[in-house]
Amino acid sequence: MADRQTEGSATGGPILRLTKISKNFGAVSALTDIDLEVNAGEVVALVGDNGAGKSTLIKVLAGVHQPTSGQIEFCGKPVSLDSPSRALELGIATVFQDLALCENLDVVANLFLGHEVSPWSLDEVAMEVRAWTLLKELAARIPSVREPIASLSGGQRQTVAIARSLLLDPKIIMLDEPTAALGVAQTAEVLNLIERVRERGLGVIIISHNMEDVRAVADRIVVLRLGRNNGVFSPDASNHELVASITGATENAVSRRIERKADVNPLSGSTA
Amino acid sequence: MSQNPNLKGPALDRSDVRVVHAEGLSGALHTLVGRVKSGDLGMLPVAIGLIVISTVFSILNPIFLAPNNLVNLLFDCATVGIISLGIVCVLILGEIDLSVGSMSGLASAIIGVLWVNSGLPLVVAIGAALVTGALVGALYAFMYNRLGMPSFVATLSGLLALLGLQLYILGPTGSINLPYASPLVRFGQILVMPGWMSALLGLLPGLVMVVVGLSVRKRREAVNLSSQPLSTLFVKAGILTIVIEAIVSYLNLGRGVPWMFGLFVVLAMVLNYGLTRTQWGRSMFAVGGNREAARRSGINVRRIYTSAFVLCSTLGALGGILSASRLASSSQQAGTGDVNLNAIAAAVIGGTSLFGGRGSAYSALLGIIVIQAISNGLTLLNLNSSLRYMITGAVLAIAVIVDSLARRSRVSHGRA
Repeated sequence: MADRQTEGSATGGPILRLTKISKNFGAVSALTDIDLEVNAGEVVALVGDNGAGKSTLIKVLAGVHQPTSGQIEFCGKPVSLDSPSRALELGIATVFQDLALCENLDVVANLFLGHEVSPWSLDEVAMEVRAWTLLKELAARIPSVREPIASLSGGQRQTVAIARSLLLDPKIIMLDEPTAALGVAQTAEVLNLIERVRERGLGVIIISHNMEDVRAVADRIVVLRLGRNNGVFSPDASNHELVASITGATENAVSRRIERKADVNPLSGSTA
Repeated sequence: MSQNPNLKGPALDRSDVRVVHAEGLSGALHTLVGRVKSGDLGMLPVAIGLIVISTVFSILNPIFLAPNNLVNLLFDCATVGIISLGIVCVLILGEIDLSVGSMSGLASAIIGVLWVNSGLPLVVAIGAALVTGALVGALYAFMYNRLGMPSFVATLSGLLALLGLQLYILGPTGSINLPYASPLVRFGQILVMPGWMSALLGLLPGLVMVVVGLSVRKRREAVNLSSQPLSTLFVKAGILTIVIEAIVSYLNLGRGVPWMFGLFVVLAMVLNYGLTRTQWGRSMFAVGGNREAARRSGINVRRIYTSAFVLCSTLGALGGILSASRLASSSQQAGTGDVNLNAIAAAVIGGTSLFGGRGSAYSALLGIIVIQAISNGLTLLNLNSSLRYMITGAVLAIAVIVDSLARRSRVSHGRA
């Protein structure tokens, strides 16, 4: 895992750099002085408890919310992300937790939604070829791109959503809980997919509550707590360290539980 | 693949062994049966409806199937059918416009008042009616987009308000007769295509189908995608041409194909192109299927709603103008009664879902033939309007039930 990290930082400089990003909703400060950096060919995991500000941060980057203060640099230049389409234009693609696919449309239509080839006389052949090429690149197993999304499984839909985010040749993609609703095999498929995206030299930000998944693909783990940075970890950091950072205490429900188990079976406590 | 031995390896879209692909004619038939079973009914309700209706009514009154009665039927179809085209647009978004009947009545009143009473040129009157339609649609869109009013309520209030406006501008006389010799009335009552012309035009759809099919096939083969077998293409085009030519030659035994119906067919074809082959159409279906997903894909959802409401009210106004020409009068009764429900029922019977995200321009074309056939048959039987209303109401209910059940079946078959 350590060599993957060096490989990641070797492949490219920072694509995205956030400096002192704050976001207030009225009196509530959802984000305070967040710093974050994503390099090309790097997977950054964003973890934190409920209400830590992960989704707010993603929404700021997707152009849904505007930060109250702070600076966003994209490819070395300061930018303002004032709308979802601006973020898409720059090359920041988001796979939302609910995927945001139209179930009544087929895979090709969903992939190209809002960005169809030749708007006044749709070029279905060109779109279908591009769809197959993209799905093949991701080694995705979609039986037919002419079936409505409604007939696909959860994992296949996730694949389509990820493929769609790649269609506009983004420089960075953000995945919000990409494995939350998936089974074991499908989760593995999505994780493979993320690794292939990284191999293409893109930056990836992934939000997940599943520490196992996070550790499996991330090059760096960034912990948010109550809207603030609360440490950056390498994937081989112990569960104990991570949980302590997420919850803000070495003494917490998770550690107590692990200790209790360790008393019964000393082996299970030594995951670090 | 088997018919293209020059291709290396399986076609790009045929490499997954799990997908069963229909091969040849029998395969196409199999697919069709499978689709119907899973709730994708397509034109089936129309076909069954037409067979039942024509059998029942021709037994009760043989005149029903006489060529000239069918020509009259097509004249009537065109007016409400054009209104129904607009309804298809709003239904695809999962919305509704209950005021199209009143809108058509208002448009016919505008024609009467501006053209006959005020003596303005006909073109100006028609233009004014269409612009009024567009403005009413824009108003609904504003109420929906900006004020968050459900289209059901906005257009229900519009139904009453527009009817009021119609009565107001017609004034105390209540009814204005349009001159019989005018081109507008002749268009709505008399003008039919010459036999040779309708026969030639009837060849066009099949021809276009073959030409487009062949060029698409060529392009797909060039990029290693599978395409439908030639036999399927030719059989489809052949059946289409035979059906159209049979109908046209039967109608030519009577007066012939009305120009007004021709206008309706052209509008349906234009709308079909817009819905299936343009970004606007794709966005319509996307917004109807999942509004939030469409918004996040960068589609301007408000503009899509506006386009649908404006189109619907404008087509409603056009239908009103044509029904004024059909009746040679602008009256207080124009657009009242069953016009609304007929327009909606036609779209639903033809296969446009009330739940949004599914539909086609041709559903208005085929659905209105079913609806008008019923109403025409009942008129021939000399039933009074009380019975006709009850029967039309029942037909609408049946159409919606079929739609709901088919939708349930689609959901359980993963075809939503």
